[in-house]
Amino acid sequence: MSTATAHADHHLKETFISKYVFSMDHKMISKQFLITGIIMGVIGMGMSIAFRLQLAWPDTSFPILEWLFGRWAPDGKLDPGFYMGLVTIHGTIMVFYVLTAGLSGTFANLLIPLQCGARDMASPFMNMLSYWFFFLSSVVLLSSVFVETGPASGGWTIYPPLSALPKAMAGSGAGMTLWLVAIILFIASSLLGGINYISTVLNMRTKGMTMTRLPLTIWALFLTAVLGLLSFPVLLGGGLLLMFDRGFGTSFYLSDIWLNGAGALEHTGGSPILFQHLFWFLGHPEVYIIIMPALGITSEVIAVNARKPIFGYTAMVISLLGIAFLSFIVWGHHMFITGMNPMLGTAFLITTLIIAVPSAVKTFNYLATLWRGNIRFTNGMMFAIGLVSMFISGGLTGIFLGNATLDIQLHDTYFVVAHFHIVMGSAAIFGMMAGIYHWYPKMFGRLMNKPLGYLHFWMTFISAYLVFFPMHFMGLAGVPRRYYSFTLLPEYGVWMDVNVLITSAAILGGIAQLIFLYNFFSSIWFGKKSSENPWQATTLEWTTPVEHIHGNWPGEIPTVHRWAYDYSKPGYEEDFIMQTTPDDGQEEQLFETETSPSAPDKKDVPEGETVMFWALIKKWFGSARA
Amino acid sequence: MATHAISKSSPWSGGKSPFKVSYGKLMMWVFLLSDAFTFSSLLIGYGALRYSFPSTEEAITEISAEKLSDVPVTDGVVHFDVTENLIERYAPAGEHHGDHHTDYFIEKMQETGIFSETHWPSPDLVFNHFPGFGIFDFHGMHLPLFFVSLMTLILIFSSVTMVLAVEAGQRKSKSEVSKWMLWTILGGFAFLSCQAWEWTQFIQAGATPWVNPYGPATFAALFFLVTGFHGFHVFSGVVLNVIIYINNLKGTYDDRGHYEMVEKVGLYWHFVDLVWVFVFTFFYLI
Repeated sequence: MSTATAHADHHLKETFISKYVFSMDHKMISKQFLITGIIMGVIGMGMSIAFRLQLAWPDTSFPILEWLFGRWAPDGKLDPGFYMGLVTIHGTIMVFYVLTAGLSGTFANLLIPLQCGARDMASPFMNMLSYWFFFLSSVVLLSSVFVETGPASGGWTIYPPLSALPKAMAGSGAGMTLWLVAIILFIASSLLGGINYISTVLNMRTKGMTMTRLPLTIWALFLTAVLGLLSFPVLLGGGLLLMFDRGFGTSFYLSDIWLNGAGALEHTGGSPILFQHLFWFLGHPEVYIIIMPALGITSEVIAVNARKPIFGYTAMVISLLGIAFLSFIVWGHHMFITGMNPMLGTAFLITTLIIAVPSAVKTFNYLATLWRGNIRFTNGMMFAIGLVSMFISGGLTGIFLGNATLDIQLHDTYFVVAHFHIVMGSAAIFGMMAGIYHWYPKMFGRLMNKPLGYLHFWMTFISAYLVFFPMHFMGLAGVPRRYYSFTLLPEYGVWMDVNVLITSAAILGGIAQLIFLYNFFSSIWFGKKSSENPWQATTLEWTTPVEHIHGNWPGEIPTVHRWAYDYSKPGYEEDFIMQTTPDDGQEEQLFETETSPSAPDKKDVPEGETVMFWALIKKWFGSARA
Repeated sequence: MATHAISKSSPWSGGKSPFKVSYGKLMMWVFLLSDAFTFSSLLIGYGALRYSFPSTEEAITEISAEKLSDVPVTDGVVHFDVTENLIERYAPAGEHHGDHHTDYFIEKMQETGIFSETHWPSPDLVFNHFPGFGIFDFHGMHLPLFFVSLMTLILIFSSVTMVLAVEAGQRKSKSEVSKWMLWTILGGFAFLSCQAWEWTQFIQAGATPWVNPYGPATFAALFFLVTGFHGFHVFSGVVLNVIIYINNLKGTYDDRGHYEMVEKVGLYWHFVDLVWVFVFTFFYLI
């Protein structure tokens, strides 16, 4: 304990500012990310309920909307331009601020040092900067809602020319400029964070923590950081060109445009499709930046609560690597209807469908881990299983949309909205919730209320399906997305009742999140005190004291002797063995399997190539180290 | 105990860096990887836009022989003699030649249609100026890419001096680090000055991000954006180099016992040079 007191002394003169505001401690920064993410999530979800009200009851007046939005909702009805603004800002907030920064910012900061066995991030100062860039970015984005001409309204993908011509529509003016500034600050934040995450995972693992002993959360967060690091700069490049188009009269994305009121514009020589390529080179990896941390969290939560080793650890890592690689060569599937060469479209189609393979590997491994497990239905586990459900439902429609021919019919319909809201929206939110419930004791030293957690789960789960599942049918019928109202299009009148159902379910989902918020914030002060290892998990973060200390461990950082998934190992009294528990025999075996795999028993298995095949299958997909 | 088994294992077994580098140097590498993607996106955008325009050679095939009579065209390529005096060739007789705002060459090229808004100009015909000795605005000679080659040479030499500084740092020789860092800083400044001169020439010829006397406005816009973004990186590099130089003079690295900061900044400097090689290749040579 003497080292611990030395550490404490070193940081004794902490003020409120240095402890809670400009903190350089990764655990505090993770909480800052989480709480900012939650606030942004509340705003984003509130916006979605506001425009769902408009879609369900286009002729009804809601005084609350006027109270909230003032002149943007005269007589309690949303202004059409502002409706577009809400859709845009909702998408931006959810994609970047909640599910990128809120999700990987929170869990990368919390878990990378704790699960790798490091005192803190490689550069705590850059880590702090990362949060504050993110905070600044959030403030700038939210401020864009208050400018006179309204927020950016061209959709979260900000396609030119709506985003490139400041006079194209109301939101293309100051709102769009602020959007771009916010995103550039966001990219800076993501870069600072990503550099830190990668360096920490590579350089600062504790003794014995080989890459194959890392918990899958770390693998997922590590690869997420790599994706962000390689894809965000391309958006930065694209954004620079866009800023030039907006501010300096260039024509990178503009050509042959006739603007109502202004006549033919002088811009020549640009290509709006170029922006789409640059945007989706970020945009597609971005959806994996969103889902991969959620998948990593799920791997961990499912293994802990099924009391079984994760099924196919190596396959899980390889599938993450596969998804990460493939995510860079599929962006064209967002652009099938841009007049893309059909040959190129086919190439993107093939790479897109190949992603189904690693995704299916992950899904089957989750199911196989659950199979005959001694399942503990904690709140975190419920949400983790919810992710698996969402990931399957949403993934299947991805196979529809990946087909270029089908996409011509389904592009920009509610089918797309349903697909991505289930597979990356809801699934990632479920993963995030699983992570919050699971690591809440580590963050705040207390447990969240379990019955309220169940209520939150079931309401969220039911409302997520009720909101997004009917949208598939609307999309198949050709109902286009981003329309303010369908009252002038009588052929869509049959969907009115469905819209009412969807909006009602969305409100139910919103109420569920209020329950979560109450549970989250009240448990910080009034929750049941947690023990050091409440879930009986094996990973390193549960060896740290409940009360946070700088440097995470009093005394030496523990040495790791085994992988992260030694659950229900035969011959042991407890059904989990901490990673820090020494085991000479197992470690010898670990090195042996690398060089000379033990020959399979000839009596039990077929001979020849089949042996090789089964050995390979067992090695990749079986729990070889169980 | 178990440490026995661990000691047998690979560099990846934890407790140390698998690449035997400090986290700071690793971070620099990771950052440079990311930055490489930023430049790639700009260069790919440049490629996509450039090849949506036909080239000068294609323009020449569409121009009547009569119009081209005054221009040395062989096999569809404009081919002035190197060091030919363009002002003497194209200035109307008796007019004052010292005025650098009148670019007779550009006017002539526009007249013939070789420079037109629809065709991407050959870089040989755009970047053919060179500052004269003593007379700064003397640029009548056709010296295609001479000046930008000199810039490139300066930048590459500044990389060499940076290598020498890093090497001196590994020997912990404070005075030599100072010497070579100073040369590197001078090289960076020289490059930036050259770029300023080149921008000045381009702007004085009438180019802005939305107007370009040599051809499509997109050419000028991309020139300002890509070389400007690179120049910004060089400028940041010079600032970093100056900081390192001053720290070294103050003895910071001697006190620290190592000169790793020199290496980290060296990595950045080499990266910026490497990017310039690509910009030079794609923007000027091709």
